[in-house]
Amino acid sequence: MAEKIRITTPLTEEDSRKLKVGQSVLISGVIYSARDAAHKVMTEALARGEKLPIDWHDQIVYYLGPTPAKPGDPIGSCGPTTAGRMDAYTPTMLDQGIKGMIGKGSREPEVIESMKKNGVTYFAAVGGAAAFIAKSVKKYEVIAYPELGPEALAALTVEDFPAIVVIDSEGNNFYEIGQKPYRKL
Amino acid sequence: MRTIQVEQITEAVAQMCKEAAYYLPEDVYQALKKGRETEESPVGRDVLDQIIKNAEIAKAEDRPICQDTGMTIVFVEVGQDLHIEGGSLNDAINAGIAKGYTEGYLRKSVVAEPLFDRKNTQNNTPGIIYTEMVPGDKLKIEIEPKGFGSENKSDIKMLVPADGVEGVKKAVLDIILHASCNPCPPMVVGVGIGGTMDKAAYYSKRALLRPLTQRNAHPDYAKLEEDLLEMINKTGIGPQLGGTTSALAVNVEWGPTHIAGLPVAVTICCHATRHSKREL
Repeated sequence: MAEKIRITTPLTEEDSRKLKVGQSVLISGVIYSARDAAHKVMTEALARGEKLPIDWHDQIVYYLGPTPAKPGDPIGSCGPTTAGRMDAYTPTMLDQGIKGMIGKGSREPEVIESMKKNGVTYFAAVGGAAAFIAKSVKKYEVIAYPELGPEALAALTVEDFPAIVVIDSEGNNFYEIGQKPYRKL
Repeated sequence: MRTIQVEQITEAVAQMCKEAAYYLPEDVYQALKKGRETEESPVGRDVLDQIIKNAEIAKAEDRPICQDTGMTIVFVEVGQDLHIEGGSLNDAINAGIAKGYTEGYLRKSVVAEPLFDRKNTQNNTPGIIYTEMVPGDKLKIEIEPKGFGSENKSDIKMLVPADGVEGVKKAVLDIILHASCNPCPPMVVGVGIGGTMDKAAYYSKRALLRPLTQRNAHPDYAKLEEDLLEMINKTGIGPQLGGTTSALAVNVEWGPTHIAGLPVAVTICCHATRHSKREL
């Protein structure tokens, strides 16, 4: 694989728009984990006109619900969950200023349109490589919704978190590009 | 009559939950290595390298292979000459799940009610328990922790007899193409054919327990397994980002059905196809 691109958070729209589909990246800095329940709670709060627990401007969201940390570890196993389950909430969240999403699996056309509008990059981490990925997480701190357990909103300090640009801010989709040469049906 | 204490059952289930979460079965590990050798996509090879490395780290350090440590499916065979003492079998199994998931630092992923409250039970109970009475005085327990990234892509088609073998292949292909990159391929595909709607789904779950190298005892179904695997590996889905290793194996289980029916259930499992068993 070609040279990996290093990204340090926060991720600006300008930097996000430079990333191209198929590029491998190593992400360092703070990223925020949220999945189904936290997305539901956040979008409901926005609908009521309330402020969210963090400012999502130029941040990266990681669709994750980790296993509990063993004593002495910052986090347990922590691979990506299926991003498509967040699609119903995603355009609303991207309008909050998110510039990167890390997950796995395909996205709905409405999400890709919102990514193009907001200059957002969607990164895939390898699904099910959760013990491997944990090596790149240095700190895990719950920020809000602790009652949601593994689904709480948390800040992860990461170093060289491995991912690939799977849908870029122009809507180029590696899930389609990557499959085509090998489809022999 | 032989007697067994419920505490023994609880302890065995707790240990099995941990083992299944940490240690990828050897046949799955070898299938991943084989897939890495034949994978045509360079990106696919990188993904497989990471998946193989992940399984090795998990095993060496007693860590969950995947953060989705699943809903616990439990297959129990109770010998009819065995007496279980000290409480109910289901309570003993669920106590084992709670113990294993808590002691083993596994994720608690079960909500008590599916639609309105969705409140987490905090100990991964209840498991999905299938109990069968068999001759003898032994207790066989096999657990299959099932992640829901892949479970959400499982499906069932109620075909009719005229659909035949080609209809079955098309039904499986449609389900696989719909699942695409989402269920953490390379997949292991369990197919249940026959029975009723629910029984076909049960067969498809049981199919995942069979070693990936062992084909169906019935030659026609063995051939069907091979044909389905070849077909799935031509979809281009590959190891998540495209390629030729879309599935590691297809296991088919079948049973008698009605003159009007041909149910086909497909349980899709991710590359972390986990299970553990004990005989007490």
